[in-house]
Formats: sequence, C-alpha cells, structure tokens
Amino acid sequence: MNPFRIVTGLVAPLDRANVDTDAIIPKQFLKSIKRSGFGPNLFDEWRYLDRGEPGMDNSHRPENPNFVLNLPRYRGAEILLARRNFGCGSSREHAPWALLDFGFRALIAPSYADIFFNNCFKNGLLPIVLPENALDALFDAANVHPGFALTIDLERQTVATPDGAMQWRFELEAFRKHCLLNGLDEIALTLGHADAIRDFESRRLHEQPWLA
Amino acid sequence: MAGRTLYDKLWESHVVRCEADGTALLYIDRHLVHEVTSPQAFEGLRLAGRKPWRIESIVATADHNTPTKDWAQGIRDPISRIQVETLDANIAATGAKAYFPFRDRRQGIVHVIGPEQGATLPGMTVVCGDSHTSTHGAFGALAFGIGTSEVEHVLATQCLITRKAKSMLVRAEGRLPAGVTAKDLVLAVIGRIGTAGGSGFAIEFAGAAIRALSMEGRMTVCNMAIEAGARAGMVAVDDTTFDYLRGRPFAPMGELWDKAMAYWRTLRSDPEATFDRVVDVDVSSLRPQVTWGTSPEMVVAVDGRVPDPDNERDPTRREGMARALQYMGLTPNTLIAEIAIDKVFIGSCTNSRIEDLRAAAEVARGRHVAPNVRLAMVVPGSGLVKAQAEREGLDRVFRDAGFDWREPGCSMCLAMNDDRLEPGERCASTSNRNFEGRQGAGGRTHLVSPAMAAAAAIAGHFVDIRRLV
Repeated sequence: MNPFRIVTGLVAPLDRANVDTDAIIPKQFLKSIKRSGFGPNLFDEWRYLDRGEPGMDNSHRPENPNFVLNLPRYRGAEILLARRNFGCGSSREHAPWALLDFGFRALIAPSYADIFFNNCFKNGLLPIVLPENALDALFDAANVHPGFALTIDLERQTVATPDGAMQWRFELEAFRKHCLLNGLDEIALTLGHADAIRDFESRRLHEQPWLA
Repeated sequence: MAGRTLYDKLWESHVVRCEADGTALLYIDRHLVHEVTSPQAFEGLRLAGRKPWRIESIVATADHNTPTKDWAQGIRDPISRIQVETLDANIAATGAKAYFPFRDRRQGIVHVIGPEQGATLPGMTVVCGDSHTSTHGAFGALAFGIGTSEVEHVLATQCLITRKAKSMLVRAEGRLPAGVTAKDLVLAVIGRIGTAGGSGFAIEFAGAAIRALSMEGRMTVCNMAIEAGARAGMVAVDDTTFDYLRGRPFAPMGELWDKAMAYWRTLRSDPEATFDRVVDVDVSSLRPQVTWGTSPEMVVAVDGRVPDPDNERDPTRREGMARALQYMGLTPNTLIAEIAIDKVFIGSCTNSRIEDLRAAAEVARGRHVAPNVRLAMVVPGSGLVKAQAEREGLDRVFRDAGFDWREPGCSMCLAMNDDRLEPGERCASTSNRNFEGRQGAGGRTHLVSPAMAAAAAIAGHFVDIRRLV
C-alpha cells in the first residue's frame, strides 16, 4: 500500500446521500479475479448511457453528459465530495478499488457505511469525515469555482484550500493514521503478535473443544 | 458490577490483545468463503508467501455467480466460470473444513448453508466477505461482513484488527399479526431508524416478538441489520436455538453438546445491562411492508401510499425521494396496492429457507400467476432446502401455479448470473436491497415478505396478504 501524506487535488461534488456500493461498481464487474482495472467502470450505470459488461472497450462507450464526473471541469479529480452514508450496502472492496483506480485519493463526506469505511483504509484511500455544514460549504465552492482544489494533510489532519482561506480539521483513529502515513502491511503487523494469537487459540480450543 | 450485553460477552471472549486507543485484535472462529470476494485474498496470500492460519475455520461454497437452471451445461458465462473455478483451485490448494462446490447437493447461499450445516454456532465470531454475514448473529454469534483485504487478513492471521462498536437494543414486543412476518418487522425497523441508523452499532434484537420467532425468522431479521447500517445483528440463545442446532452435521454431539449448551446458555444480555441506544417497537399493530424507493428505508405498509417528496423538509432527503420516484417510475400518493409488477423473485439469503418457501407456497396453492407477470421464480437457498421442499411437494405447488422452480444460489438478489431484471421491469422481491440497478440495470425492486411476493405474483400487483390468510 502506498503511503498517504499530503494530497492536493481537484475536487468533484457527488451530491447524493446513501450512495451504495452497487452504484459505485455494479455487480457484473465483480466477476474479475483481479484487484485492478475497475476505474473505467466506476459508477458505470450513471456514467454511461449503454449497459456495461466486463471486457468491453470502455473508451468508445457513450457517456452520460449530465453525470458530474463527466463534466470537463471535474475531469482528473482526486478528491470526491459526497453526502451522508456513502458506501452503504455490499461489502465489496471493489468499490474502493474502483475509486482509486479512477484516480481518487480521498473522499470527504459527513458519514460512511462501516464496511466501506474500513475497506478504504486497507487500500490507502482516505475517507475524511467533516460535519454537514463544512460539506455544504465545500459543495458550494466546488459548484461555483471551476478548478476548485483542496490540500489534505494527513499528518496535521487538515483539509484546506491551497490559499489557506478555508480550513477544517478532521478526526482519525491513531492506528489508522499510522498505517496510512507509513503504507504499512497490516498482516505483517498482526503476525508480529503470532505468539499471542497461538496462546489465545490453544486456550480457546481447550475451553471450548466443540470449536476444534 | 454492571451487567454485560450479549455483544460485550461475545466481544470480550475473542479479544487477543487491545491497544490503548481501543484498536483490538479479534480472534475469528468461523470464516465463510465464496467465489466473489476471495480470489484477490488468496492471491495476496500466495504473493506474500503466507499460508492460511487455521484451515479448519474455513467453510466455502460457490453461490453468487452460479446459474439457477440447466446445471448439466455448467456455467456458460466464461468470466463467471473462471471465478468459480478459481475458488475450486484455491480450496484444493489450501484446504477447508468443508467445501460445497457448484452442483454439490449441499451447495447453496453461504448464509443459508452455514447454519444448515451447524457450522455456525453460538458464541462464535463468524466473518465472510459479504455484508449479509450479520445473518449468523441469530445464533448468539458475533457475525459481520468484511472486505477482501480483511478476508486475506483472517486467512493469514485468524484475526481481525477492529474496534468495538456501540450497542443498540431493538426491543420488539407484542405478537405479530397473522400474515405479518420477520421480514415485515425488520423492514419496519429500518424504516424507523434509517439505513444509517445502525452505523457504528451492533444491534441486539430482543423482546417477546423476537423470542417467538423461529431460527429462520431470526436469521431474516439479523440478515437485514446491515440494511440499517449495523455490521452485526444478534439474538440471545434460547431453546429455539438449541432445537435448531441439535443433530446438524457440524454441531457437537453427546458430552460435547452438553458442555457446549451449558456455555451457550450464558449468551444473553444480563438483565441490568445497558445499551448506548434502545429502540422500542410494538409489533402487534404492524402491517405487511413494501418498499417504494431505492433504499430499504423507503418503506410503507401495504395499505399505504407512495409518499410525496413535497412533504419532506430536509432538502437532501427530498431530492433523494424525488430521484427514487423517478427511477422507480412512481407517482406520489399512488396506492401501493395499485402498483402492477412484471417479475417476482422468491429467494436470497434473507428469504429462501424452507419456512419462506412454505409461506409462499401456501399462497400459491391452487392459484395461478397473473398474465401480466412475465416471470415468477423461486430459488431455494440451498440444495438441501430444495430437496426438503420437493419432499413436501412445494415444487409442484409452485410449478402448477406457474412459478419457475430453480436451482439454489444468490440469483436475482444481486443478478450476477443470468437472472436479472431488464430496464424498467418492476419486481416484487424477497431479497434485501432495492438499490438502483441491484437486480439488473434499470430494474425496479420492491422488497416484501415471501407470502407478499407470492400474493403479488398471483394478483399481478401488490395485495394485502392479510386478506388472503
């Protein structure tokens, strides 16, 4: 996993609540046995006018000109603004994989669904939580100012406009921050406690032998 | 000493270690695996040169991609076939406590076969790369869905790095009226607390109405805890739990059973335990529920009407309602009973067990699917559910009434196989998600109970099941 430190990027506003992971990456693309290549099918049903299937050449498909990520001013966005309960529904990690593969490095929303939120951290995609009024201000700015960009500083836990005129601080669990900043392999960290796991396991199977 | 909740007990008995900031290493007893969310995890394990920690914890099956008819022809979609064959190869290479591959007579939806085999037991932690893993909480287990990175983490370490959730008690008192089911109960709860109402919580479902439910009804309720935003739903262990588990293939027997039962009896919240949030529901006046929108919280009683966004004051909600109505092709204030349907799907990890099929068959018996309904399909949750239904003659009841009787799998709940809605088609579905495109691009899903789905198939539109029973 790549470390996440400071990201400055163009901001795209997706002004809907309860965006589910079926919308983020529809089911037909879950047939892949790879982790990569989901970006062209991010928000497939909203983004294109035809029906997407795995293995299609997406570069020739008709785009929905009204979908926000297709508007020229938001092309190349790296930060996505969203509304509450983003990522609800299915546990598919293909959702953060698709967002990352598309080019997003961070999300900003008032809340996320639990499993999706967790999945983001495992892949170096930073899901930032800011209050509703901060999101309202950010949506306004992204709608009004072409080229609206933000700088996210993970170490300082801040989201700010590059000129520093607007700035917010966000909260983050210490462990998650540590892993993201350093791009750590969580499995290796856990295996550092292998003895503790083995002790726990043998005690458990002894006390509850029906689990063996 | 303050009392402990069921969730406290399950959590504390699985913590291997805990950091100062609350980040815990949680031991996992049962790892359910299916073909869609596991290939990248097995590959990651291989690339890192790691081995599974405890293969006896793994129970696997292929369910999401498998076709529901013409099994003799195998899986025709080459991409789906590769994914299912990849699971075959991964399990062959690593091993498992049990594997029920495509066409095995015990194959089925992972959340149906776990309990059916007795592979889900009280007091366990149960995970799976599938959000509906909350189903298994019905057994007094701590069960929740995980992503693929976590699947790999559990394979490699038998643990998860996680944090304790807040606790919510949903206390359902009273008696469910005739024709009103566990599905209606949980849809009503979601309608009340919202699809994000349970975010950050583990929900315990309790009260007389929950105790009166069968294990299958409890599974339906816990299954949809995730649709309320809660990763885990759970129910205390009681005699209903024991009666269900006794004699299942992987349940303990003899002395071990007695010993296990003594422990399992402690898996209930202490009377003085407190919860972070309590939601009280009186089910005695509950009516059959039908969703009208594109989120499970968009739900009304069958004798109600499609709501009007103009009556909603919150602008984000109002826009969401208007967008949902447009997608669903519905006009505000339409009577639910006037909504005609094109297809019916009876199945999914929510409602595909034998009691669900019996309830639907009871409605279908001696009647016929309405001419405007293009397809009414019944997809049993597992090969064993299918065989049981056939022993009871339910397949004949369905076939005689004009329903398709299919092979087991996830099928049109998420439409990864050939079973799907075409754009604009409207479906009465016993599944769990009515999201845009969930059952096929442009498809319109209304979530209902099995009896309500069967009744809609017969009438060609939604009807109040209470008038039929």
